[in-house]
Amino acid sequence: MLNGTEDEEKWLAEGIAGIQHNAFYMHRALDSNNLREALKYSAQMLSELRTSKLSPRKYYELYMRAFDELKRLELFFKDDSKHGVSVVDLYELVQHAGNILPRLYLLCTVGSIYIKSKEAPDKEVLKDLVEMCRGVQHPIRGLFLRSYLAQISRDKLPDIGSEYEGDADTVMDAVDFVLQNFTEMNKLWVRMQHQGPGRVREKREKERSELQDLVGKNLHVLSQIEGVDLEMYKETVLPRVLEQVVNCKDDLAQYYLMDCIIQVFPDEYHLQTLETLLGACPQLQPTVDVKTVLSRLMDRLSNYAASSADVLPEFLQVEAFSKLSNAIGKVIEAQVDMPAVGAITLYVSLLTFTLRVHPDRLDHVDQVLGACVKKLSNIPKLEDSRAMKQVVALLSAPLEKYNDIVTALTLSNYPRVMDHLDIGTNKLMAMVIIQSIMKNNSCISTADKVEVLFELIKGLIKDTDGADVDELDEEDFKEEQNSVARLIHMLYNDEPEEMLKIICIVRKHTMVGGPKRLPFTVSSLVFSALRLLRQLQGQEGDIVGEEASMTPNKIFQLLTQIIESLSAVPSAELALRLYLQCAEAANGCDIEHVAYEFFTQAFVLYEEEIADSKAQVTAIHLIIGTLQRMNVFGVENRDTLTHKATGYSARLLKKADQCRAVYACSHLFWVDDQDGIKDGERVLLCLKRALRIANAAQQMANVARGTGGLVSLFVEILNKYIYFFEKGNKQITSSAIQGLIEFINTEMQSDSTNPDSVADAFLASTLRYIQFQKQKGGVVGEKFESIKL
Amino acid sequence: MNYLVGAFKPPCNIFISFTDGRSRKQVPLKKENGKTVMVALFQSQENIVGEVVIEPIHGKKVEHNGVKIELLGQIELYFDRGNFYDFTSLVRELDVPGELYERKTYPFEFSTVEMPYESYNGVNVRLRYILKVTISRNYVSNIVEYQDFVVRNYTPPPSINNSIKMEVGIEDCLHIEFEYSKSKYHLKDVVIGKIYFLLVRIKLKNMELEIRRQESTGSGPNTYVETETLAKFELMDGAPVRGESIPIRLFLSPYELTPTYRNINNKFSVKYYLNLVLVDEEDRRYFKQQEITMYRNLEAS
Repeated sequence: MLNGTEDEEKWLAEGIAGIQHNAFYMHRALDSNNLREALKYSAQMLSELRTSKLSPRKYYELYMRAFDELKRLELFFKDDSKHGVSVVDLYELVQHAGNILPRLYLLCTVGSIYIKSKEAPDKEVLKDLVEMCRGVQHPIRGLFLRSYLAQISRDKLPDIGSEYEGDADTVMDAVDFVLQNFTEMNKLWVRMQHQGPGRVREKREKERSELQDLVGKNLHVLSQIEGVDLEMYKETVLPRVLEQVVNCKDDLAQYYLMDCIIQVFPDEYHLQTLETLLGACPQLQPTVDVKTVLSRLMDRLSNYAASSADVLPEFLQVEAFSKLSNAIGKVIEAQVDMPAVGAITLYVSLLTFTLRVHPDRLDHVDQVLGACVKKLSNIPKLEDSRAMKQVVALLSAPLEKYNDIVTALTLSNYPRVMDHLDIGTNKLMAMVIIQSIMKNNSCISTADKVEVLFELIKGLIKDTDGADVDELDEEDFKEEQNSVARLIHMLYNDEPEEMLKIICIVRKHTMVGGPKRLPFTVSSLVFSALRLLRQLQGQEGDIVGEEASMTPNKIFQLLTQIIESLSAVPSAELALRLYLQCAEAANGCDIEHVAYEFFTQAFVLYEEEIADSKAQVTAIHLIIGTLQRMNVFGVENRDTLTHKATGYSARLLKKADQCRAVYACSHLFWVDDQDGIKDGERVLLCLKRALRIANAAQQMANVARGTGGLVSLFVEILNKYIYFFEKGNKQITSSAIQGLIEFINTEMQSDSTNPDSVADAFLASTLRYIQFQKQKGGVVGEKFESIKL
Repeated sequence: MNYLVGAFKPPCNIFISFTDGRSRKQVPLKKENGKTVMVALFQSQENIVGEVVIEPIHGKKVEHNGVKIELLGQIELYFDRGNFYDFTSLVRELDVPGELYERKTYPFEFSTVEMPYESYNGVNVRLRYILKVTISRNYVSNIVEYQDFVVRNYTPPPSINNSIKMEVGIEDCLHIEFEYSKSKYHLKDVVIGKIYFLLVRIKLKNMELEIRRQESTGSGPNTYVETETLAKFELMDGAPVRGESIPIRLFLSPYELTPTYRNINNKFSVKYYLNLVLVDEEDRRYFKQQEITMYRNLEAS
């Protein structure tokens, strides 16, 4: 129909020129009160609107020009002193025009005056106008003509309270009029789709959507009519509008109009007519985006419900939820081709609705999820990423609403929905759940819930079948596992028994996680168990002997098993640390053999698994540190362990490491407690041994590289000397310290040694300390007095 | 007509006037020279009363063989030019032969004149009524003066006036049903009706209702039929779909219509038709013509 925008511009310009030209003569006729001429030129002017060449947008421009002119004409018509013709005659006169479009524009114009004059019943005129307009069957021209009719009649409808209100039925007349105009406009609008060649379908749809508001305006007018109360809306307006919507069988129109209905009429009307409105949905064309329509409806109702608590009873009264739920079911049934994303979006909306309206009805939430599961189970594999997103939204909504995972855990269908997610999304969702727990600091306190929860997040807990491990992003994975680890700490119950159950369940789930996950989860689990242990200790007095299952021994067994699982990883270092932790806990519980056992395990690991020399250094220091704090051991056990530790220390690879480990071992024989071991002799032995090693290291360094640089070792040993000296170890004498200081000074000044600023500073501050202690006076000062610097 | 008068200056002036000329209704009448003049309007059975004034030109005397006035009803067929068929001819003698020296007034009266046919000015035929005053003279041509007047006859509304309703179509292409509320209309009537589309398989562009006048003159093999379209009234713009019904409301008053004349004095007939025309996008026209009877209604005129 159109050859391009340029031509269109030209035609529009021509049309506008034509209107202006005739309007000029019309104005002249108006000024000279010449009715005949006025009619002639106005008809000619309106003939410009007969064009078929313009797109709706351009046609609208033309229409607006004519519209402005018609307003002037209307003023002239209104004043019969100017033309001397009664309005009735005028009404006939304008109908003499031969062309229908100008004729009807003029008729509408005079009609509006006719109504105002009240010489004929309002409804008769309106009815006549709306009937006569049938003559224009061209979609665009008809739509604009009828929109002109709607425009001029708008303030003249026989509404309640309007001056045109007549007898009781007049509101009905007004409604009838608008409905009829609406129906006809919609027909024209729909018809547009089927005219012209098929290839410009898209363009036509665009043009049509530009015109949609002309049609929708009628609904707006309807909603503005005061007299349309709920009763009338229910009985007349809605059924007739819906009839038109359903029967027009046009997806664009159906979608727009449904949306329009939802937007223009008040919420309470929707609520009271929910059944009717929803009943129309399954009857719409399969291509109509019903889900958006329904979503909007539910959004509106949700907002309405949220607006005031007073309206909630209404929702209950009309059983809004079940109606919506049914409707959605039907729509999904009816629209077989609806993509999964559509169905799920609907469920999301419904869920949002019920969460807002019936926050207390968890069964509703569960029902929605159940329906969703049903739908999803019909789909072999959910691959649409948008659908996934919707499912995530579906699952997140209750979490956000209740801010409490505990509530979600009671929803039986929740995990079933999650089963339908793909692996990635499942993980994502699991993360969302965990984050929700973290954010709200919710504590999951029963074993059952923990079970459900872990069922939910199993995507994070273990490898899912078919998962492509290579694709995993290392960082994401760490993040996920860290979250799981954090989650474990959120599981807590004051009742030790229940807590034990929780731990067992968590263990059950995490043990299957495979070597990559275990390092993350095991430590959390271990510490969780250790906490239980402390908890138990706190209550020990009360329940001792009562619960045979709840002995610390039992827990230690469990711990052993948990840590042993790390051997599969293998992560010996972590296991070692955990064993030491457990040993310390056992120490706290005063169970010697268990503590010993843990130490044994730790040593075994050290011997068998830790080969890396750096790791060994760290491990040995850990062992020494832990062992030092143990007070549960008897002499024999302690001797064995310390002996072992010292032995390992001396066998480290690097001399410096050896030296440091050995002087650290000195602490094993001197526990600075009331009843701690204080074996000064063995301390001295350790330190001397350390000095020897340091010497050897020094010489080795000299020989091998010609450098010193290990002077700081001596300074470190010096510090140990000072420590024990201060603690009152009789074996450490001031002369020994003094000797060591002199030795260090000589070493430092020796030619072979490169200046070592770190060591220098270390020594200097050590000496300052001694100086400081001296100046303190009293017992300490006296003691240090003997050291001469 | 009176070119002789122009050639030889007539010795007198003749004026014809009606007694009730001031109060009588005047209607426009188109003369041969294209000018429209206002003339008196009569109907059948009326008394035609008036006077003729003859006024000799100053100082001249008019000798004559008698003065008469005739009332003539004539049918003039243009293809048979010059031949008038007088279907009515009434004569009143106004004066016996003698001489006229000065202005003289002659009253005349035709009582309850039978004028069954209406004045009509068509394409090929004209029906007219005239008053003709003749001053007969010896040796020289008669002095003649004419006065036209118009006759219109009113009929009461018909007792039977059925609607016209018809279903027409082209097989598998277009089926419509149309209805005009009446088959007989007075001249200021309104055609009310509707067109109902039963089947539309062609792309229509618009639809018009035409008023056509068919004037047939002569008889037998010499019948001349002339059809004029008096009105083109657009009823519909654009293409309708099945089930659509389009209203018709056509006011007849703006058009110059006459009543239907059937076989007037065996010379001519004038018939009216409503022609419904549908035009498709390729400008093909589909039409259906229906005769309607027009009549003159006293109340509405």
